[in-house]
Amino acid sequence: MRLEEKLAAGSSWIHRLDPRAKLVVGLFFSFLIALSNELKTLSLFFALAVILIISIKIDYKYILKRLVLLNLFICLIWFFIPFTFPGREILTVWQFSVSREGVLYALKITLRSNSIILLMISLLSTSSVLDLIHAMSRLRIPPKLIYLLFFVYRYLYVIKNEFNTIHQAMLLRAFKAKTNLHTYKSYAYLIAVLLIKSYERSQKVYQAMICRGFKGSFIMIDHFELKQNDYLFLIVSSLIFVFLLVMEKGLI
Amino acid sequence: MHISEGVLSAPVLIGGAALTAAGVTVGLKKMKDQDIPRTALISAALFVASLIHLPLGPTSVHLILNGTAGIILGWQIFPAILISLFLQSILFQFGGITTLGINTFNIAFPGIAAYYLFSFAKINSNFRLGIFSFISGGFSVFLTSILVAFSLVFTEQSFLEIAKLSVASHLPVIIIEGIITVFVVFSIKKININILGGVKQNV
Repeated sequence: MRLEEKLAAGSSWIHRLDPRAKLVVGLFFSFLIALSNELKTLSLFFALAVILIISIKIDYKYILKRLVLLNLFICLIWFFIPFTFPGREILTVWQFSVSREGVLYALKITLRSNSIILLMISLLSTSSVLDLIHAMSRLRIPPKLIYLLFFVYRYLYVIKNEFNTIHQAMLLRAFKAKTNLHTYKSYAYLIAVLLIKSYERSQKVYQAMICRGFKGSFIMIDHFELKQNDYLFLIVSSLIFVFLLVMEKGLI
Repeated sequence: MHISEGVLSAPVLIGGAALTAAGVTVGLKKMKDQDIPRTALISAALFVASLIHLPLGPTSVHLILNGTAGIILGWQIFPAILISLFLQSILFQFGGITTLGINTFNIAFPGIAAYYLFSFAKINSNFRLGIFSFISGGFSVFLTSILVAFSLVFTEQSFLEIAKLSVASHLPVIIIEGIITVFVVFSIKKININILGGVKQNV
């Protein structure tokens, strides 16, 4: 499993937006989509998400691969829901009746799920994680949670490397993963060593922080500034948001 | 193990978010400044460990390790899981923001159960330690799969079949996770017992 931020490297207009704006818009739209129930609005959301994803100009194959993976669960839903959902029968497949409501329900889930994921990819994955963490701290998320997120992210790669070293050593000693107790035992020992090493490293990290005068807070030296494009993005997004909300409520 | 975006209904999403917010608040309250690096690095290690593919017959499974996380982190498992899931959604485009609440709750709550099981059980022999490790590891996964099933069925009655299937497909993971937890706990106990918050020193 690679831990690289493949999508954060890019230069489309979305990449250049203020991460704070992207976070706020992403959050509001995700919830609006998740709570929408009208086929009309959901189709519009999906179209919007597709437009966004096209405009970030990145490796489409990669995105398609992600989508296939994410739609496995959705496939399961298509496999069951049309048959078990009560409603008007429209089709019979081997004695099982397919209900119209069931098909609609599954379709709505598919649209919702894919729209949200595309939105997340186009808005959040196009910023580096560090920028997102910085943006979140500016959006008044509890500081302790921010520090935790920062440290997890900071040491994720260190520990991944540690894992790779140990795993390689196992492979060099002719370890082969099979379905047996020996495999599970070996992996359990690997996990234990990983936990112990991280615990010991965390003690050193904290001591180093104390040495550098840590008093419970990090001081941020750079600041975000909303540019013209960000204002434009925020205004257009809120207009679309209100429009779709009104539409969802059936007022248009 | 986590539920995709766009499947659950509003009450489930909002209820999950509220419960997770409460859990995270308690977790952050209990976390002193000097605990921040410890919680973070343990979460990172568990994150990496959950990427391991364990072979199971022709397929492979991923570990959830919420039992182990609960035993080590206690209430701090809530912020830890929240952060892991958030990073997963950013780095792997796996899941999104709206299900963060309910998914965190479904994974973290069983961890808390394992934590209390471990701290209240009288663990005074290696045999009992083994038994309780197995139960904590396996039961946490079982509880998670039950919570996932409930979230689905509570959203829509017709999800019952999928919910049953999802619980059934987790049965092998429950056993593997139990076995792994036993070995993890024993080797940690041998090397550096300070990590296990819940285990008393008299083992």
